[in-house]
Amino acid sequence: MNKLILRTASRYLLPLLLLFAVFILLRGHYLPGGGFVGGLVAAIAFVLHAFAHGLRTTRHLLRIHPGYLMPAGLALAIGSGLLPVLARGRPFLTGIWHPEPLAVIGGIGTPLFFDLGVFLVVIGASLTILFTISETR
Amino acid sequence: MSGPLILQPVLFHLLLSVLMLFLWRQPRYHRGISAVGSALSTLFALALWYRVEASGWVVLQAGQWPAPFGISLVADSFSATLVVLASVAGLAVSLYAGRAIGMARVRFGFFPVFHFLMMGINGAFLTGDIFNLYVWFEILIISSFVLLTLGGEKRQIQGGVKYFTLNVLASVIFLTAIAVLYGLTGALNMADLALKMDALDNRTLVRISGLVFLTGFGIKAALFPLYFWLPASYHTPPSAVSALFAGLLTKVGVYAIFRIFTLLYPKDFFIDSLLLALSVGSIVVGTLGAWREDDLRRTFSWLIIAHIGFILGALALRDARTLSGGVFYLFHDIIVKTGLFLCAGVILRITGTASIKASGGVMEALPRWSLVLAIPLFALAGIPPLSGFWPKVSLLAGSADQGAWVYAGALLAGSLATLWVTARVWSGVFWKAPPSGMEVKEPLVTAGRDRALLWPVLMLALVSLGMGLFPEPVQSLADRISTGLMDREGYIRAVLPTLSMQ
Amino acid sequence: MEVLLALMTGLLYAAGLYLMLRRSMVKLIIGLVLLGNGANLLIFLLGRIVKGAPPIIRADANVLTGLYADPVPQALILTAIVISFGLQSFAIILFKRAYKVLDTDDLDQMRDTDDL
Repeated sequence: MNKLILRTASRYLLPLLLLFAVFILLRGHYLPGGGFVGGLVAAIAFVLHAFAHGLRTTRHLLRIHPGYLMPAGLALAIGSGLLPVLARGRPFLTGIWHPEPLAVIGGIGTPLFFDLGVFLVVIGASLTILFTISETR
Repeated sequence: MSGPLILQPVLFHLLLSVLMLFLWRQPRYHRGISAVGSALSTLFALALWYRVEASGWVVLQAGQWPAPFGISLVADSFSATLVVLASVAGLAVSLYAGRAIGMARVRFGFFPVFHFLMMGINGAFLTGDIFNLYVWFEILIISSFVLLTLGGEKRQIQGGVKYFTLNVLASVIFLTAIAVLYGLTGALNMADLALKMDALDNRTLVRISGLVFLTGFGIKAALFPLYFWLPASYHTPPSAVSALFAGLLTKVGVYAIFRIFTLLYPKDFFIDSLLLALSVGSIVVGTLGAWREDDLRRTFSWLIIAHIGFILGALALRDARTLSGGVFYLFHDIIVKTGLFLCAGVILRITGTASIKASGGVMEALPRWSLVLAIPLFALAGIPPLSGFWPKVSLLAGSADQGAWVYAGALLAGSLATLWVTARVWSGVFWKAPPSGMEVKEPLVTAGRDRALLWPVLMLALVSLGMGLFPEPVQSLADRISTGLMDREGYIRAVLPTLSMQ
Repeated sequence: MEVLLALMTGLLYAAGLYLMLRRSMVKLIIGLVLLGNGANLLIFLLGRIVKGAPPIIRADANVLTGLYADPVPQALILTAIVISFGLQSFAIILFKRAYKVLDTDDLDQMRDTDDL
């Protein structure tokens, strides 16, 4: 099968989709979006790349095994949940926000980091699942 | 600072798993992390238990969202005690698995998944929100699927397919019941639900939702007509895994039935009679199954079903005294069933066969340790100084007071049959000389490495012995728990302080 | 709309259960998927279907005004979908493995663990 169009397109689509994933992640607090959907979009970007260039190239592109994204994301999510307990003595998962919203990113606080953790876990888990399914024949 | 204490049973296991996932490529550290972590979490669980005993309740509103809106974690005496017992059983399994589970399984993440399972179990015990309970159930069944099929042997896969299908079906049924409840009340917090369900006019629909819950949890707890996946799968994985499943997984289903049917469906004649009939059915089927079974671990699996009937029948009678017997039996069962399957693992290593008929000579191979192995076996049968005896007395006396003669009779017959089965196992596996042609291995006496397998069994045997020799504190704890379960006010007031003040 | 959704839910449950009763493992997976979707649709249906604004209190107000959509069923469904995503991917791997090890798709052949 001639995959020239797919190959060329996926090269440009990968950064575009990743950017879109981050955009979805950031707008997710009040608007539709969030870590889960963003993570899925990012995972799809890599899956598309794998379709066009083969699994090995994508693995090389990722550098680390996607499985390691899961503990990293989990640790980030736990940390953002525990921060209010340790720093302020508030209940678990209480949102702590930076008083001033930042440019581009918007409001920054523990829920954002929790979502970022979800984002990483979803990328890690879905890529691990898809890579495993497509590797074992 | 009671927040971190109630978080610990959930979060600490998650942290351990995360740590081990980071060390995925260095599986040799997993055993040590798991053993130390399980020991620490047992200490934390005891701390939570003391806090709950001192103040009555520990409630955490996650994210500072007040009760009916957010997710509450609630520890009453019942939950806290179960968390402690689960941690003890988990510690024993972790120590046992550290020796018994082969490196191949460790490399594929046995220990991280084990701690995910422990997290799910503790979460299910502690949550005060019914949808959150569903989520914890899913976490623990997904982990249990992985543990059950890890290794990929033919029998494991076959057992896994059945276990998977029935448990996923149970989850869907559970979810359906939640949907019906949410449609009826618009609430998910269990205390809030309890208040709102009392006000409902449509009692038929309430009763139907109760039956849907009973079906879903009945599959998970292996209640009478829904039990068949259990003896088809529990004997397939390594003994450490079946010990964990036998001791804790069905008990989470039992806990859910206790919690939901005391809080949301107090005293409903139809549901209670049905539950009683199903419990009697479980006792009959379980003992009959164990009676004619030859495979060691399958025999014990059938006994799990019978003893689930003992416990749930106590709930169906709705009487504080019987219920406290049931609660005590639940505590005893968690420790003893875990110990029993670990015992079975040790026996399998010595005799090399799962069949009772084809094995024998364990007493000869391990003269002194056989007495330790005998403690879980005979505690199961309820021989007096051991822990199974006292709850059975309360159960029998309570059910006789209530005039529930069928249940009392089933209880008595079930106990006698259990005694017969354990005697058969004892004489067949320990006393009998091994049949000709079979060699009894003696690795546990000579090899120091394998002897470590016996320590966790000893630990559980001592806990069971302690419960049997000093039953009074346990009995008074069970009494307090059962009055707390029967009287919902305390729970509701602890979770919803503002609402009940009005 | 409610009637349509109710019929759809019933259809999904019926089809799911029917497929689960078949002997093939592939149909079993599809049946589980349909059942899960039926349950999700049921939550959606029983959570009252309202065409309304997202339930976010405006910065200059203290209470929600006007018609708003209940966010809880949506959150429940999202959670349930995520969970069933995990379960289904596990099921596919497990059943594929079962097919390879046992060399059959027929659930009636998997009787080794039931031998008495």
